[in-house]
Amino acid sequence: MKAKVLIRPKEGILDPQGKAVERALPALGFDGVHDVRVGRLVELETDDPSRLDDLCEKLLANPLIEDFEVEVEQ
Amino acid sequence: MIGVIQFPGSCDERDAVAAAQRVGDARLVWHEETDLSGLDGVIVPGGFSYGDYLRAGAIARFSPAMEAVSRFAADGGAVLGICNGFQVLCEAGLLPGALLPNEGLRFICRQVELIAEDFSGPFGSDIAPGDRLSIPVKHMSGRYFAPDDQLNRLEADGLIAFRYAPGANPNGSVRDVAGVVNDAGNVLGLMPHPEHAVDPLTGSDDGLALFRALAAAQQPAPA
Repeated sequence: MKAKVLIRPKEGILDPQGKAVERALPALGFDGVHDVRVGRLVELETDDPSRLDDLCEKLLANPLIEDFEVEVEQ
Repeated sequence: MIGVIQFPGSCDERDAVAAAQRVGDARLVWHEETDLSGLDGVIVPGGFSYGDYLRAGAIARFSPAMEAVSRFAADGGAVLGICNGFQVLCEAGLLPGALLPNEGLRFICRQVELIAEDFSGPFGSDIAPGDRLSIPVKHMSGRYFAPDDQLNRLEADGLIAFRYAPGANPNGSVRDVAGVVNDAGNVLGLMPHPEHAVDPLTGSDDGLALFRALAAAQQPAPA
């Protein structure tokens, strides 16, 4: 079964990468873009999707600084 | 005997061995080793273990040697994590908090001033609160973070070991935190590199105090 895990910096944690992207946009003519946050996407295939949350908490994300969402493709 | 863990991607393990050998015996411990008997202290060194993939330290924490280090620490053994080693210890849950990419998104390599806090455990034996130490940092992800309530507890319990001197915070760490200890005081992690500050010829020997403390540590008695 295919799954996608979306990991992003927790609310309130400074994301300098997002800030850098945000500052670059006006120079390219993309005005009015705010609150850019950069996370990452992990794609995987698993035989046991019930263990995905556990797997995310233990390895793919650090719950102290990151939130994650799991999306299983049916 | 002090053991220095060597992961694929470590790069400061030999300097850590050389620094520890100035004050005692030291040897490398390959990341697949699980027998730490005979060691009085352990150093988790700097570098880019497992390529820093996913997050710095995230994969190294699952190596066989790190599982042995967790047991060693639980038995009361002295563990010093430097830079990537600090990141690994935080990821492993042996130390509170996490290390995020530097605020300025640049790799930082320079000498910084640290101020020692009043912290407990073997590592404070040779360092007095308020001591200023000149030690280099070199890292990409050195921004210490913990939530406010946790930071308040760390401060109240005397678990902050080092702070960057006022105005010297290189990476945006919360409350200028440069290093912390665990509740028992036997595990210490810091971003600056004491193993690169062991000889006045290269600027400072302020880092030696931590290696002296480690060399004086007692072998843990397994529970």
